[in-house]
Amino acid sequence: MTTAPVVNRRDFLKKSARSGAALVIGFHVTARAFADQAKDQEEKTPNPFDAWVRITADDRVTLVLGKSEMGQGVYTSLPMILAEELCVDWKQVHVEQAPTNPKIYDLGTGGSGSVAGSWLPLRQAGAAAREMLIAAAAKRWDVGTDTCKAKNGFVVHGHPERSLRFGELVVDASKLPIPNLNKVPLKNSDDFTIVGRDMHRLDTAAKSSGKAKFGIDSRVDGMLYAVIARCPVFEGKVASFDARKAKAVRGVRDVFEIKTSGRGASTTGGVAVLAEDSWAAIEGRKALEVKWEEGAAAKESSEELRNQFLANAAKPGGVLRNEGDANAALEAASKKVEAIYELPFAAHVCMEPMNCTVHIRPDSAEAWVPSQGPQWAQAVIAEAAKLPPEKVTVHTTLMGGGFGRRYQADFVMEAAQVAKIAGKPVMVLWTREDDMQHDFYRPASYHRLQGALDNDGKLLAYKHFQTSTSIAAKWSQKGENDPGMGEFGTGATIPYTTPNIRIEYTLAHSSAPRAWWRSVEHSSSGFVMESFVDELAHAAGEDPLAFRLKLIGDSRKIPQFGEGREDYHPLDTARLKGVLQLAAEKAGWNKPLPKGQGRGIAGFYSFFSYVAAVAEVSASSAPYDVKRIICAVDCGRAVNPNGVLAQVESAAIYALTATVKDAITVEGGRVVQSNFNDYAMIRMNEAPPIEVYIVPSTEAPTGIGEPTVPVVAPAICNAIFNATGKRLRRLPIRREDLA
Amino acid sequence: MAITFTLNGKSQSVDVSPDMPLLWVLRDTLNMTGTKFGCGMALCGACTVHINGEATRSCITPISSVAGKKVTTIEGLSADGRHPVQKAWMEEDVPQCGYCQSGQIMSAAALLAKKPNPTDADIDDAMSGNICRCGTYQRIRKAIHRAASSMAGKAHSAA
Repeated sequence: MTTAPVVNRRDFLKKSARSGAALVIGFHVTARAFADQAKDQEEKTPNPFDAWVRITADDRVTLVLGKSEMGQGVYTSLPMILAEELCVDWKQVHVEQAPTNPKIYDLGTGGSGSVAGSWLPLRQAGAAAREMLIAAAAKRWDVGTDTCKAKNGFVVHGHPERSLRFGELVVDASKLPIPNLNKVPLKNSDDFTIVGRDMHRLDTAAKSSGKAKFGIDSRVDGMLYAVIARCPVFEGKVASFDARKAKAVRGVRDVFEIKTSGRGASTTGGVAVLAEDSWAAIEGRKALEVKWEEGAAAKESSEELRNQFLANAAKPGGVLRNEGDANAALEAASKKVEAIYELPFAAHVCMEPMNCTVHIRPDSAEAWVPSQGPQWAQAVIAEAAKLPPEKVTVHTTLMGGGFGRRYQADFVMEAAQVAKIAGKPVMVLWTREDDMQHDFYRPASYHRLQGALDNDGKLLAYKHFQTSTSIAAKWSQKGENDPGMGEFGTGATIPYTTPNIRIEYTLAHSSAPRAWWRSVEHSSSGFVMESFVDELAHAAGEDPLAFRLKLIGDSRKIPQFGEGREDYHPLDTARLKGVLQLAAEKAGWNKPLPKGQGRGIAGFYSFFSYVAAVAEVSASSAPYDVKRIICAVDCGRAVNPNGVLAQVESAAIYALTATVKDAITVEGGRVVQSNFNDYAMIRMNEAPPIEVYIVPSTEAPTGIGEPTVPVVAPAICNAIFNATGKRLRRLPIRREDLA
Repeated sequence: MAITFTLNGKSQSVDVSPDMPLLWVLRDTLNMTGTKFGCGMALCGACTVHINGEATRSCITPISSVAGKKVTTIEGLSADGRHPVQKAWMEEDVPQCGYCQSGQIMSAAALLAKKPNPTDADIDDAMSGNICRCGTYQRIRKAIHRAASSMAGKAHSAA
């Protein structure tokens, strides 16, 4: 069984390649590859011309992409980093997906960590290749390397200048000693010609012509297509099935059962319908008769879960953070604020439904996988095929969205199981209903926030109780005994000054699969903290922006709570204040709005980046209308500013959907929603303008795919309060909550 | 029984179940994978093609209903990927994951064929059947206006 013994996603990202017993990691660009981790690199440095840079005699430069492209733009931003240090002309650059070789690449893509984690290692790799090319030229000219330099794909020397093309040098260069990566000279950022410039994405032509190949577009000679009937109830099993009607459908080749698999690939098992095309497989499944053994989860529902939340909230939770005496301060205070916030399960809903194509031969296997964790996929297929991982070739395809969903290997395991039985290449295809009803959902959660204020509007105490269906209960080694810190994330690092802090957590039980959804725990932590501080501001009679800036106070660095290391990306209050002030300034915070309109603000630190949003709503027409969202982001140096804007725009719309559209609910142990009719997405006519402002920075780049998500819901809810006086404390916003 | 229609300007015959949706005929029978599967219920627009010039959701269009008609897919929108809408998509860097964009482009091209200078309200009407989970809507809107101007410029210079 492949297991993923992980505690939280950051650990998971660090350890993902070790998550299967069969996997061993060597040199890798981890999602969090910081200097201290480099000490762990035991394997010898790979030759950059093997790993990262391919140059042909005709000067075609191909840079290897060691992460997966799911829309976030790494297909462009990561080659920009390599090309910068390599000193090639950006117009020369082509991109190639890295093979699944855990000895060289950590292909795990998530945690908003691709650019942040690759920044230094890719600069070092590009610089090493550049220095080797310079050394090859110097040798050929018999001059010192310090008299030569690289420029736009050439090494040049002397006056009058002579030059050699990289294409003329690469064969010699690749045989030279590899420089020590920790000592290789990196470019001065003042000399950057690629990083920091707005670059067009390199994958747009393919994505505008139908030529881009996603996982679902994999076509292999002799392949068949399969869909799987899964028990609609969580953790239910096949009791029996009758395949006769399914086999009578034109194009259906076979019908057979596949078993549930372990925690690592966490599949439900089911009955596979194998056919000549996707349609026949889908029709065959409709005709299939299956009796399910629904199991204990059949009694679970959203109502039952809420009752658990209420019962849990009636008792103290496990104490995760306790400074001063928040309970006594709350008891003694004259001005108290208390609020309950609720968030539902949320589905990822990648536009490309889950799919995976696998071909298992007696001595090897090949797979086409739209995956954020191709190494994990490799381990899973190896396990199903009973082959060593190095005999499994995984082609990482483009992904039609990821958002964390494609870190899972359930769809990979299913495809491997079906392909093993079929003995032919098979694509396992999920329909939209499969995708929505068998997701790994963002946990449902219930929060009670309590605060005490003195007469000067100082915060005397901050108490946050949470009960939720945690991710850790499903994935961590401790399972349900995990204390629950992972449900708070940076929501446990309070930037608002107060002498008394208490954070408590109680687990609620659920069989619903849970995992990492865009911004993970920060989607709830940001909503809760930034809604509550707005309530505090109102109670204090102060402007929400001024109140935040006052409570954040002096510019200082606050250690991330629970990190155990004070210097591990502490929260820089100056940067948090910076984005709040920038968003407010760009939104015209102090300009009066017409009657019926309101403005709300929120700021949050996650994925080592700072984002603030100001939302403007109109509540004059029923029920309300989000007019525009203004975002300010500080993500360190923006490698491709145009790409940063795109990610913020994207995360804002993603968060808006979760704020104003539908919840995933459970009845009879199964997910109620099934398609876009009952789990709706923001569409063109509902999409407000998103304005994005980037704080100029020379700090190392940090995450940008996710950290906008946490601030959108609170900014909107605070704006609605500003317009109407109505507090919205549960997501998504319901019509009746506005009445 | 074979069903014959015109696909991207060429006659095409297929021998499949008459109720098989055009989407799967394109993708699985003909291996033309530019047209995407998103929902199977005409709710998301990822499968949009043109049938006799109308933007149509191919996922609920039985192949039998296409007999004798003209089908255009993303692969046939332009010979070289340089339709004004495709060019505008590149200039505005519209796609992120890109999965929905074939459908978005086909909807946009059908809109512009009917309304060369669409208003924002026209864009809302024509494009709200196409979901983009990456939320590229404001870039799509800009790109449609850009394509409209470039087409108007061409029409003007030709006149």
